[in-house]
Amino acid sequence: MFFLKKNSEERGIKGFFKNIADLYIDGFRSMTVGRSLWKIILIKLFIMFAILKLFFFPDVMKTHFSSDQERAEHVANLLTTVNNR
Amino acid sequence: MLEQVDLSLVNWSRAQFALTALYHWIFVPLTLGLSFLCAFFETIYIKTGNQEWKNLTKFWMKLFGINFAIGVATGIILEFEFGTNWANYSWMVGDIFGAPLAIEGIAAFFLEATFFAVMFFGWNRVTPKFHLFSTWMVAVGSNLSALWILVANGWMQYPTGMAFNPDTARFEMQSFFDVVFSPYAISKFTHATTSGFVFASTFVIAISAYYLAKGRHQLMAKRSIAVASVFGLIATLMLSFSGDEAAFKDAKHQPMKLAAMEGLWDGTTKAPLVAFGLINGVKQPGDKQEPFVFEFKIPGLLSILATRDINGFVPGINDLIYGNSVHGIVGAVEKIEKGKKAITLLAEYKEAQKQGFENKAQEIREELRQYEDYLGYGYLERPEDTVPPVALTFYSFHIMAMVGGALLLIFAIYLFYTVRGGIEKATWLWPFGVFAFVLAFLAGEAGWIVAEVGRQPWAIQDLLPVHVARTDIPAGNVKTTFFMFLIIFTALLIAEIKIMFKQIAIGPKEVN
Repeated sequence: MFFLKKNSEERGIKGFFKNIADLYIDGFRSMTVGRSLWKIILIKLFIMFAILKLFFFPDVMKTHFSSDQERAEHVANLLTTVNNR
Repeated sequence: MLEQVDLSLVNWSRAQFALTALYHWIFVPLTLGLSFLCAFFETIYIKTGNQEWKNLTKFWMKLFGINFAIGVATGIILEFEFGTNWANYSWMVGDIFGAPLAIEGIAAFFLEATFFAVMFFGWNRVTPKFHLFSTWMVAVGSNLSALWILVANGWMQYPTGMAFNPDTARFEMQSFFDVVFSPYAISKFTHATTSGFVFASTFVIAISAYYLAKGRHQLMAKRSIAVASVFGLIATLMLSFSGDEAAFKDAKHQPMKLAAMEGLWDGTTKAPLVAFGLINGVKQPGDKQEPFVFEFKIPGLLSILATRDINGFVPGINDLIYGNSVHGIVGAVEKIEKGKKAITLLAEYKEAQKQGFENKAQEIREELRQYEDYLGYGYLERPEDTVPPVALTFYSFHIMAMVGGALLLIFAIYLFYTVRGGIEKATWLWPFGVFAFVLAFLAGEAGWIVAEVGRQPWAIQDLLPVHVARTDIPAGNVKTTFFMFLIIFTALLIAEIKIMFKQIAIGPKEVN
């Protein structure tokens, strides 16, 4: 492949995918600061999606209404009555 | 009426969004600017083949990676908040921004997953030119990631290319190009990204100045300063031009924001620009109090900036509230009447539909079209509710503008010493390098305060005030998550600073 260094090039489709896989595998293995960063990223994503999103940030329109028509009715009703509530 | 709406809920929802956005904007501008600086450094390495430039590139790339990793996905929380705290708003604009924001997320992920891997893992595996190409793609991709959210923000300031559909209660896109290429969208994108370039340039200069002060990595520091001061200077100039253009657009489409930015209560021709001043905090709309305790004005400059004519009339807050027939300015008083008419017609339209009176519904629909541009005003109780917090907007704007001027000077002096030589002996200049970083951070955050606080009470300019955009949920819930975010973001920031400081202490590899 034209973008790979000659010494790392293996021919054919199989070689292409092997080179790409090696890029990621060797890259992850040789990380130093990256290890700490990945830990932070994973903890952060866990807190965001498994805790915050699940328990604190429901999609109100999806959880409270079952169809777009209901959602539209709700918002239209709000737009016409909000000042009278 | 407004007092019947839970204002503490609105304010906590606002505060939470502001907190998240302000923290998010610590990480984002560094990513936007550092990605390009890394691309410049690597380009010089490829051109010269000098190993020092390669080490320098790798060092800044490492700091870029740390910032990216800590900041990644902090913006997703904003989307959580849209769905929970601002569900009505989300529903109303979902047709315009739902799909593009999702596509952007997916495209950014694949672009970054591919080229990031090559950028960090590929030094010994791909050809130097392909590595350089990947670095540039990361820079372009990172900046393009900011596009849609800034287009969305631009649209909220100047809603265009859409029509309100009373059947779906949504603003629906009529012209994709009008939305993407709206003057506000372009202005938002250029202003926000170039502010990122400036912030990142000060970051590079601050760390390099630290190395000069410590007598370490002097060659690397001088080379980094050379590139960052050129990039910073050009970006600051671009920032001034895009800022000027943004203010010109505000004069046309968000005149209340411009009036608040300048503390201009009564409109005038040959309007002066307040270079600095102390706001009279007790001044209220319509009263005779002086707007400033003291101020220093530049005659006619505001008229030039707002109208491109020294004799141009710039409306003040009072003109925009109560109207000014001499200059043809429709006041909020009249707009509120039209807004209330729009709400009444919307209710009648829904009722006619419910009763099955299709012809009548269509007649009402036609009449509604004449008033729907004022829909949002109908939800305001008093015309004075159209005024944003003047002091906060004024001071934020002036801090931003003054810092912009100071940064221009600092970049110019650093560049001068780089070209002339002797920066390693200009000890007096080093602290300004570190100070510039703090200033640039403040200016970036102040800029967002001007943009967002200055357009209150609107979630969507003229069409939807924030108290209607919010979801009816207990204020306590929002308060709880506000403090959770405060803790999480502060922890992330501490982690970033700690890891950064450690890597800065280690410094770049040096040849020999």
